[in-house]
Amino acid sequence: MSAGAVVAIACASALLGIAAGYWLPPHGLRLARNRIQGGRRILLPFTGEEISRRSFEAAVRLAKAENAIIMPAFLARVPMNLPIETALPVQCAGGMPLLEAIEQSLTSQGVPVDSRVGRGRSARDALRKLLQQEHFDRIIVSADEDQRGGLGYDDLRWLLARVPAEILILRPAPEDTRRISVEAVRGHF
Amino acid sequence: MRHRVVAVGLAVSARRGHLKVFIGMAAGVGKTYRMLVEGHAEQEAGHDVVIGLLETHGRADTARVAEGLPMVPRRRVRYRDTVVEEMDLPMILRRAPEICLIDELAHTNVSGTEHAKRFEDIEAVLDAGIDVLSTLNVQHLESLNDHITELSGVRVRETIPDAILARAEEVVLIDLTPEALLDRLRAGKVYPAGRIDAALNNFFKIENLSALREVALRQVAEEVGAKRLTTELVGSREESLAADAPQAVGERLLALVEPYPGTQRLVRRAWRSAQRLSASLDLLWVRLPGKELSGDEQRSLAALRQLASVLGARMFEEESDDLPGAVAELAGRRGTTYILIGRSRPARGLGRLRTPLPQRLMQRLPGVDVRIVAERSLRPSGENGEPS
Repeated sequence: MSAGAVVAIACASALLGIAAGYWLPPHGLRLARNRIQGGRRILLPFTGEEISRRSFEAAVRLAKAENAIIMPAFLARVPMNLPIETALPVQCAGGMPLLEAIEQSLTSQGVPVDSRVGRGRSARDALRKLLQQEHFDRIIVSADEDQRGGLGYDDLRWLLARVPAEILILRPAPEDTRRISVEAVRGHF
Repeated sequence: MRHRVVAVGLAVSARRGHLKVFIGMAAGVGKTYRMLVEGHAEQEAGHDVVIGLLETHGRADTARVAEGLPMVPRRRVRYRDTVVEEMDLPMILRRAPEICLIDELAHTNVSGTEHAKRFEDIEAVLDAGIDVLSTLNVQHLESLNDHITELSGVRVRETIPDAILARAEEVVLIDLTPEALLDRLRAGKVYPAGRIDAALNNFFKIENLSALREVALRQVAEEVGAKRLTTELVGSREESLAADAPQAVGERLLALVEPYPGTQRLVRRAWRSAQRLSASLDLLWVRLPGKELSGDEQRSLAALRQLASVLGARMFEEESDDLPGAVAELAGRRGTTYILIGRSRPARGLGRLRTPLPQRLMQRLPGVDVRIVAERSLRPSGENGEPS
């Protein structure tokens, strides 16, 4: 091969490399936002400062199997004597760190996440409003008599009777006390 | 401090008066009483003291302690079909005492007076070189209003900007245990007999009062901290820092958002920072002119608005193709001290040659902090490790 041909090939390779580097996005910097569009939507509602680890793991398994988005939703309650649009910083002081802990855990497992906040006169009212605004393919709740973050039995009955989505209710497991709580937030958020 | 202020200051008519605020967790803790006691002490020290406005709420003890202090009569203002009594600001300014006692700093004036709010009247009195003693309940502070509404279930409509309290030379907390306040209420020392039951069933619950007391104590502790910072630095090489210290009390955060899921994380982080700084939070979405939103983006935008509302943040939506310009305009208008942004999308093509957004913001907004919010879930697992 002549020296001219070598130089020509080298120049062409260099130009190709520069063009590729110029037009392609930097390696490893694709953001989660690009992966979250479309897909099935799994709602994971909660009311307190912790949720059952079982319901969280069930949501993760389903999301991975169905290539779905998990939508954790904090349901805030507005007392009757306050306007419904009232800001709720005290409840949010518990709910937001938990939302953050759930998001961090899901993101680290590669599961797409898109959080929501519902507001109503009760947890059920907040959930009803959320369901009126958006469609969800599945709802995962843990039956939680003491309502430490889940929904009560009346709410579950209402959910089964009224909501047109697949509903996965996880029965209480007294032997399994694992929870995801605000303590799980990595660093301050 | 009060005596030093009066002795040094009032000889110079051009100087601004000094404001001293008696703050408490609720009505009935003794703010007005204490203000009147201090008024007497100043009078006995030879100063010219008048009561500009006093609200006794029918409390005999308060009325008794006011005796002996000259009072500027209230003026009668016609409002719709009634006549309302308000503080007579022009008379106070003409009377020009050394010290004026003006109760209820957060009061809203009836229309037809010089100012909409009493704190504005007080500003005029201070501008005239008159020292003012005034009273305030903690729930009237603007930044605490949402917090206290949620704690107590009662929304207070009359609020004052936090900057008013921050500018006061002295803030005195009138503290009382909730139990002691309830005893006073039951003994008829706060409200007349007919209102006691209603008060006990509504606002005056032990849990409400405990929470309010904690808020009041924290608020005053923060004020003291901010003032100590100013005092320590005055006269030193860091005088410029000292000049910034009062501003630090009134921090305002601005988070730049876009309608996509990851933005909520940024908003939550910004809100948490705002809570720590006792600051208010604004959100800004700069929309490209003519940009159509996809279904997912519309849902994300609705979720973002809902989150802002629940958190008590104010959301702005501007249309512009000049992002740093739109941010700078809003930041200037709102007095922003801190801007939070998420990680930028990777640039493509000619976009790589452009100066990154944080640098452009810092160029446009000197003196405003810019913070890039990281994604915590990308941190390597340490002791915290996997959430459990």
